[in-house]
Amino acid sequence: MKQYIDFYNSYREKIDEGCSPLLNSFREKAFETFRQFGFPAGQSEDYQHTDIAGLLKEDFGFYLNRSGINIHPHKVFHCDVPNLNSYKHFIVNGHFVDYENPKDFPPMVFSGSLNAFAKQYPSLFLKYYNQLAGTKNDGLSVFNTIFVQDGYVLYVPENEVVEKTIQLTNISAGNNNSLINRRMLLILESGAQAKLLVCDHAYEESPTTANTQIVEIFAGENAKLDFCELEESSPNTIRLTNNFVRQAASSQTRINAITLSNGTTRNNYIIDLAGEYAETHLYGMAIADNRQKIDNHTLINHLVPNGHCNELFKYILDDEAVGAFSGRIIVAKGAQKTEAFQSNRNLLGSRNCRMYSKPQLEIYADDVKCSHGMTTGQLDENALFYLCSRGIPKDEAVLLLKFAFTGDVIQGVRMEGLRDRLKLLIEKRFRGELVTCRGCGRVEN
Amino acid sequence: MYVVLILSHALGNTEFFMYFCDRRNIKKFMLRITNLHASIGGKEIIKGLDLQVKAGEIHAIMGPNGSGKSTLSAVLVGNPAFEVTEGEIIFEGKNLLEMPPEERSCAGIFLSFQYPVEIPGVSMVNFMRTAVNEHRKYRGQDPLSAGDFLKLMREKQAIVELDKNLINRSVNEGFSGGEKKRNEIFQMAMLEPKLAILDETDSGLDIDALRIVAQGVNYLKRPENATIVITHYQRLLDYIRPDIVHVLYNGRIIRTAGPELAMELEQKGYDWLKG
Repeated sequence: MKQYIDFYNSYREKIDEGCSPLLNSFREKAFETFRQFGFPAGQSEDYQHTDIAGLLKEDFGFYLNRSGINIHPHKVFHCDVPNLNSYKHFIVNGHFVDYENPKDFPPMVFSGSLNAFAKQYPSLFLKYYNQLAGTKNDGLSVFNTIFVQDGYVLYVPENEVVEKTIQLTNISAGNNNSLINRRMLLILESGAQAKLLVCDHAYEESPTTANTQIVEIFAGENAKLDFCELEESSPNTIRLTNNFVRQAASSQTRINAITLSNGTTRNNYIIDLAGEYAETHLYGMAIADNRQKIDNHTLINHLVPNGHCNELFKYILDDEAVGAFSGRIIVAKGAQKTEAFQSNRNLLGSRNCRMYSKPQLEIYADDVKCSHGMTTGQLDENALFYLCSRGIPKDEAVLLLKFAFTGDVIQGVRMEGLRDRLKLLIEKRFRGELVTCRGCGRVEN
Repeated sequence: MYVVLILSHALGNTEFFMYFCDRRNIKKFMLRITNLHASIGGKEIIKGLDLQVKAGEIHAIMGPNGSGKSTLSAVLVGNPAFEVTEGEIIFEGKNLLEMPPEERSCAGIFLSFQYPVEIPGVSMVNFMRTAVNEHRKYRGQDPLSAGDFLKLMREKQAIVELDKNLINRSVNEGFSGGEKKRNEIFQMAMLEPKLAILDETDSGLDIDALRIVAQGVNYLKRPENATIVITHYQRLLDYIRPDIVHVLYNGRIIRTAGPELAMELEQKGYDWLKG
């Protein structure tokens, strides 16, 4: 931790350089908080299975100067998710790659760099930026706020609808171990609608890359957002994310957190249902083998009556992989007629993989419909034998059953073309074939 | 044959009867089980069982609860829960006990399960396509095209009057008892086994479903394949006429005779044989 404090003290100006003054204006307070609290303590209640300070102990390099990047991903990459008609954006080492939006892009919608947004919409920036992340004295959020250089903003004004999916691809470029701070701000005003797919890629041979990522989502009244994050990174990748969501009345969010391959991942989802009749669908899936680690932590706050949330996380673990899920739903006093359902189901494929699960439900209202539950186990021997008895080899039968297990999470993805692509990627993943969408990944700089 | 049957029956001499059958039919046995012993969790269920089945024959195996009928079917298809401690099973000249379940299926053995398993998330179409293509691979054939496969499905579905909506669902998920049994016979029609074993296929079926299932089995009957019908009651045998009836009791076959044995059991129960 000390090296980061020293770094900030010594390179303050360098960090600010090239960034919007508005963005810089949040660093000092965050730095004070960080100095005071530091990273969340490993072994603390919420971080039993991920030691952030330990993971970031190494002295990683920062990418502070974006002028060093001369990649033109719009020319070099093409995503091959078939049937997914999308607007494509790229983030290289946390920096948004400027690109002129295509002609059919809704003109009122802002989809671009965090610095550009601060310049173009200073009052909106101040209204939303860090307003969710900054309220909690969370070490990861403040760390990101201190060092973040750029990020992505999607701003959909009132009643605007972005029909096509917006696709954001994260690319790590460089040959040295590095720490990248990513930031996303998604603002949907009343009646706005959008779908965002975030692909997180890295190749096997990549150097160690640690990513912190803070996402703040504001869904206004009747707004509708699909937010799907797909991680296909490498064993050398550390991914630490905080996702904050605040939903106004009758808004709907659908969040998919899918980890197909990774190194060490910790995702936090903190969702506030602040307006009545708000609806949240949070579907997560993690496939891990070798020595991969995936830790998902969720907190859904039903603050007002008539909210609805549906949460499902599934893990498929093998070899020596470690999975952790801690999900908490809190139904506040007076949040009557809340419907909240949480389920975590895990499949263990080996003796040495481990799953830690902590489903929690706290209810302070008396007229609600809630459930939570967890199962962890192996494949059903009877089902396996039934398939084999029809001529299907055991390996293939195992694959069919594992694939079937992921079915309801895939069904929870609403982006049509992506669903088919996911099925293919998951099948390849289970067969042990390399998982990467062709075209995406790491580039030599 | 008639005389011999009566003679053998009168003498209660199954070996004599079987010997005569052997002499009459010079065809080789499709299935030969010799001195089979099998146990589950250390408890012996099958205690020295012998059985021979030839192509074209329908055998009925009857017996009271707990006599080992279902264990026999489980051992034949290689259910790993059961351990064979002694004896051998030769199927078409090959040692069946050395083959994993999937290979036995590809070699032509099919079990219609007493309790078909529900498999949420695996569609019937995907399941059957995988199974049919594995059988084809075993025979050195190319996989079926999507069009040919669907045509085959439709054709076989009609045999057991299986609702086409069921085909689009997950394997047995939410199927009624009768639909599950029809689905078993549908799978049998798809895979065209040499030896079909029907384990209590009649249990839980109403008369109409029973008739449809039996019609399906009879429709699939060929001179080159054989069927073993395991049942409690004579009822199913009104529809599927067996050539040979065996009584299994306490892990062994204690009586073998012609179809009239089934009638006799229906009238007298099993007690008269136990002594």
